[in-house]
Parts: sequence; structure tokens; C-alpha cells
Amino acid sequence: MTDATAGAPAGKGSLLEEDKRTKRRNAAEARFKAYGLGAIGIAVTALLLLLGSILLNGLSSFQQAFITIEIPLPADALDQDGDGALDRVTTFTVKPILEQALIARVDELNIRPVDMSDSDIGGIISGEAPATFLDFVRNNEDLIGENAEFNILANGRIDGFLKGRVSMESAARDSNVTQDQLILTNQLIENDVIEQRFNWDFITNPDASENRPEAAGLGVAILGSLYMMIVVLVLALPVGVAASIYLEEFAPKNRFTDIIEVNIANLAAVPSIVYGILGLAIFINFAGLPQSSPLVGGLVLTLMTLPTIIIATRAALKSVPPSIRDAALGVGASKMQTVFHHVLPLAAPGILTGTIIGLAQALGETAPLLLIGMVAFVRDYPELGLEGFTDPATALPVQVYNFTQRADPAFVERASGAIITLLVFLVFMNAVAIFLRRRFERRW
Amino acid sequence: MSFTKLTVSSLAIMACAAAASAQSRENVQVAGSSTVLPYASIVAEAFGENFDFPTPVVESGGSSAGLKRFCEGVGENTIDIANASRPIREGEIEACAAAGVTDIIEVRIGYDGIVFASQTDGPAFTEFQPEQWYRAMAAEIPQDGAMVANPNSNWSDIDDSLPDAEIIAFIPGTKHGTREVFEEQVILQGCEDSGAMEQIMEINGGDEDATEEACMAVRSDGVAVDIDGDYTETLARIDSNPNGVGVFGLAFYENNTDKLKVATMGGVEPTTETIAAGEYPVSRPLYFYIKKAHIGVIPGLKEFAAFFVSDEIAGPSGPLAQYGLVADPELADTQSKIESETTMSESM
Repeated sequence: MTDATAGAPAGKGSLLEEDKRTKRRNAAEARFKAYGLGAIGIAVTALLLLLGSILLNGLSSFQQAFITIEIPLPADALDQDGDGALDRVTTFTVKPILEQALIARVDELNIRPVDMSDSDIGGIISGEAPATFLDFVRNNEDLIGENAEFNILANGRIDGFLKGRVSMESAARDSNVTQDQLILTNQLIENDVIEQRFNWDFITNPDASENRPEAAGLGVAILGSLYMMIVVLVLALPVGVAASIYLEEFAPKNRFTDIIEVNIANLAAVPSIVYGILGLAIFINFAGLPQSSPLVGGLVLTLMTLPTIIIATRAALKSVPPSIRDAALGVGASKMQTVFHHVLPLAAPGILTGTIIGLAQALGETAPLLLIGMVAFVRDYPELGLEGFTDPATALPVQVYNFTQRADPAFVERASGAIITLLVFLVFMNAVAIFLRRRFERRW
Repeated sequence: MSFTKLTVSSLAIMACAAAASAQSRENVQVAGSSTVLPYASIVAEAFGENFDFPTPVVESGGSSAGLKRFCEGVGENTIDIANASRPIREGEIEACAAAGVTDIIEVRIGYDGIVFASQTDGPAFTEFQPEQWYRAMAAEIPQDGAMVANPNSNWSDIDDSLPDAEIIAFIPGTKHGTREVFEEQVILQGCEDSGAMEQIMEINGGDEDATEEACMAVRSDGVAVDIDGDYTETLARIDSNPNGVGVFGLAFYENNTDKLKVATMGGVEPTTETIAAGEYPVSRPLYFYIKKAHIGVIPGLKEFAAFFVSDEIAGPSGPLAQYGLVADPELADTQSKIESETTMSESM
């Protein structure tokens, strides 16, 4: 058709020239594309703003100011009654030892600002330090009477100074830090006594009270979340898969199974706090399981995740072509053999993806945990192993919520840091889901 | 097949869980007021470090919610201590008794001041009188023998000494215990001081309850903004509104002195000293309540309570005072009360 233009019927217009209607249709298409791009633009901007603000606020929580000093372990102060046991030592009695050590170091370097009091110098040390020190002494009783070098945390305000949150101007108004302390901090940084380092403690430490934001960490929350996810995985996966296989492959199609199906779909849309109320009534008040425990949290989240897993599994089973079942049945396999040997393996990637997305959803849930006592200040790690499931714990999103409620501005950074950690977990889980789908997916 | 393995292991976990739940609780369980929460967590932390007992678990949720859970009954699945930013009510004691919680030990840990603060760079809100707050916040004020809707929209309308700035106040929402204190000790006081109370009384024909209610009714035309969240929310609102004045707890203010400037009330600056001396007019006691039946059953309960009110913790130089608690001058009485496990009915 080299001469298509010449051969075009007169009056109908050229195919190369757009007539009015074509123009309108093309314009509509162009407009739609623009709307689409606009929509994507809004979504991407929102995501970038969110991520940007969280990263900007939170990345600094992975850095922390530490003071490195040599601290004596005086026998007379630690073992007051002289019986060789550390029975009467408390964090209150060891606090002056740390303060004296820092004051001595400051005077040795001769950097004490004029008229700065001893207690102000001691204020540079974190409230967590005596506990760290005491822990060390209890575990190393043979070192008593000698000196040991320590990395102790600096006070949250000093840490804020290193991170730019606290400035000389703000210190003038701030009753929790003095300008002298900041001047001394600068001197101590020059003398390598104070330095900023990567802060593993933020990942491993338990929560800390409002007096010491610098020590607060996510350890208990991460363990609690992990235990809950184990409970959810172990309960929701088999129950959900069994339910969907039965409904999809074996159940007769009648009014009763229809009702079940509709109800499962409805359950998926129930607000999560409702499951919390259910959990409080059934698992804690009726069954007598311990409150604040990851076991109860996991059970509640299992109820919440089940519908998601059932719906995903049923969709995965449905997508296996009937010819596979027909072929298996045709060569003499029983119904059960067909399902377990042929249909289920082919549906596995879809099931796993659905499960992981359900788990990720459960990981980010706070509302149901509020009612079962997991939104709490918990400082003891749950035990490793089975007993840990009944010990008190919190969860990652709960920790974010807790941090945002605290008065000290240092917790703002820690809340964002906790969000980053939570996001890393979620991205990791979603990546696993994508990997599994890619790896095992089959096309017909 | 992994499916069968999973089923078996899930059953195993459930069995273990059932077995484990039979074991007794080892940690003290605390719930209640979000005002007391920071103090309770500071004490819990120090308790865990210095005693051989596990660190108590502290939940918040509000005084009323905490006391409700406290009154659910006696047993390991109920909480041991309820924190409250107000005294327990008669109705709550009855509800407790109905559920079998008869012996309650009341412990006053100290006082909390309520302060009025604004942005450091904002207008000079440095001195307030309860009277001014009444005239800024009241829904209706008496004028020429009748109640009219509050016409004041600018602080300088109320008093020439106040800055020429739009009135915008962030006050605690009605679910907070702080709101009650704010209404009774500031608004009602201001109503009385300004002479508005007498005028309303005349209009009402001498009905005292109705007068008090009319005094404490806070305007709802957007000038007074209820904050149902925490003080962090109030701070965020103040941050973005230079003319805003917020109501905070003293402890919260003390942790944020670089962002907030505080105003005096009735000519007294809020500090732990003026509150302890009773000079600063807006403060309230903080309490926690112990279930006596749990002492001896839950390990460390009595020790935790005693540690909470010990001089080194709750005294004037302890960590609680450092955080913003106003130490109780009668701490020794409280200590002996815990020592002898004196319940509320016995001490009355």
C-alpha cells in the first residue's frame, strides 16, 4: 500500500491528517496519561517526603556520643562491709565514682571552664552509666582495686550538641544543660575523651526511662516482634492453608460454604482494634494467658492475618489450571494426592507471598496490642526459647508510639530511628516475598 | 511434607504455651495515668538495676482506665498497681469492692505543677492571673445582668498589661485529669476573683451548682483548642503558632525549656520550690494504688512500692524531682504507711 494517500476515498479525509473526532480522542488519551503521571507524581512525592523526613530525623539515632575514661574500681566503695560480696552496692553509690573519674580526667587535662562546678561536670555522664558500670563490676569482681577503661554514654543533651540539636543559644535557655558543659564537651572532643560512634546499643538495648533517652533502644521490641511473627507464622499459615484447600478443593458448593466465604472476606475488613478486644476477652480473661506477652499478641495477630492468608491462598489455588488436576486424576491419583502433589506445589509461591504480606501487615500493627498490655514500658528481655513467649515484651510499632509520647526532645530522633528499623524489616520481608515469587513462579 | 511438620509444631507450641501459662507471674504489673508513667518508668528502671527482682512492666492509658483495670479483681491476670493523677473516686472504690478488691493502699508520690507556656520567640506572655484566663476562656460572661457570648478575641482586650495578640489556647482535652485541675483551679478561681461569680449567681437566682458550671464552661468557638493527645502534641501546635499559649505539666516544661517560656500565675513562677511551698496555685497530687492482696504473691511488689517513695528516689534531690516531680513534704508518713501496709479503710 505505497500509495495509500492517493487511494484514499475522497471526502473521508486523509489517514495521516487527524480529523476532529480523532483529535478529540487523542486529546482525551493525552489528558488521561497526564492524570496518570500526576497521580504517580503525587504518590512518589509523598513517599519521598515521608522517607526524607524520617531519614533526616532518624539516621542520627544510630550514632551516639561516648565518653572514654579510665575508672578506678575502689574496693572500699564497692565492697562496703568488706565481706567480698557486692551486696550493698547500688547505682546511687557508684555514681560518684564515675563522676570523680571524669572530674579527675578534666583536671588532669586542665580544661575545666572557669567556675564550673563538679556536679555540672558529672552531669555530662548519662544516667545509664552507673548501671553499665555496676554490671561490669558484678561480672568482673576480680578487677576490684584496679583501674579499667570504660566507654560510657554521654548525657542526651551532650549527644544532642554533637548532633546539632542543642546549640549554645538553646543551652542558654535550657535548664537541663549549661553552656559550660558544652564548652567542656568541645574540649573533651579535642582530647578524644568524647567521641561519636556507631551505636549498636540502639538496636540491642531495652527501652529506657525519660531521664536517659541516650540509652533507649529497640532490643526488647525487636525480640517481641520476632516472637509474635513466629507465633503468627506457625499458627496462621497451616490453619489458613488448610482452610483454603478445603474450601477450594473439597467443600461442596452450597449456601453454607457461601456464607463462610462471605464471612472470611468480611473478617479481612474488620478494624484491627476489634481483634484486640477479642484477644483481651478470650486469651487473657478467659484462657488466663499472661498479659503483655508475645504469645497473646501473636494469637491476636494470627486472628487478624488469617483472612488475608486464606484469601491469598484461595486465589493462588484458583490460578492453578484445571488441566493439571484433570491430568493427575486421569492417571489415577486420588483427590488428596492431586491436591498435595500437584496443585499445592504450583500454588506455593502465591501462598508464600500472601503469607509474607500478611505477616508484614501484622508486624506494623499497634492497635490490637494496646488492649492486651503490650503498649508498655518493658525493660527486661523476654527469655530466649519457649518461655520467652510468655514473658512481657513490646513490639516495634509500639516502641515508635511510646517514643513519640515522651517529653525529652531526644526521643524524636529515636522514634524516627525505630521507624527506619521497622521499615528495614518490612522491606526485607517484601523482598523475600518477591524473591520467592520470582524463583518458584510457573507460567502456563 | 512441611505442612504436616508445621501443624505438629504449632500444636507443640500451643501445648507449651498452655503449660507455661500455668507458671506464676514474676514481674510487677503497673498501669494508669500517663502523667505518672514517666515517674513510674524511672523508678522501674532503677528498681530493675538495683534489686534481684525483674523490672516492673509499666503501661499507660489514663487514670480512669488504669483504675478500672485495677478494680477488675484479684489474681495474677490483673494489675498490681494503678497510677493516678487524681485521688480514687468513691464509685471506683465501690466497683473495686464488688470485684473483691477490698484492701487498697493509697500512696501519694508527690505533686505535679501545671504551667502555662508559649513559644520563646512569641509575644511576651510572662504574667497571667486566673481572672484573665477566665475572661479569655469562658463560653459566656455576665454583662449588664445577662449572660453574653465571650466577646474577647485579643489578650489586650482583657487586660492592657497583656500583649496585643490573638487569644489561642491549647488546653488538655476532657479525657485528661489535667483538664479538671485547669477548670477548678484556674477558671473557677478566676471566675470568683473577677467578681463574675457573684453576677452569675444573681442572674441564676442563687443556684450555686449552676453558677459553678457556668463559670467552668469553656468556649467552643475555636479560641480554646482541646488537645486530646499528649503534651508533645501541644508543643507541636505551639511550635507552629507564635500566638498560642499551652497548658503543660511542669515536668514536660522542664524538659523543653529551650523551646518554651513559662508565665507566672498569680505572680508566682512555677518551680518545684514554689509548688512544694504551696505558693504556686495550680498543682495536684499524684498517686498510685496497691492491691494489698497481691503483696507476698507477686514477688517484689512491696519492695517496689517502698523503693518508689524512698528518699533517694522521691526525695527532693532524687531522680523524680530532677525530672520535674515536686517532692512530697510528708514523704516519711507515706513510707511508714507502706511499711505497715495500711489500707485506705484503716487510715481513715
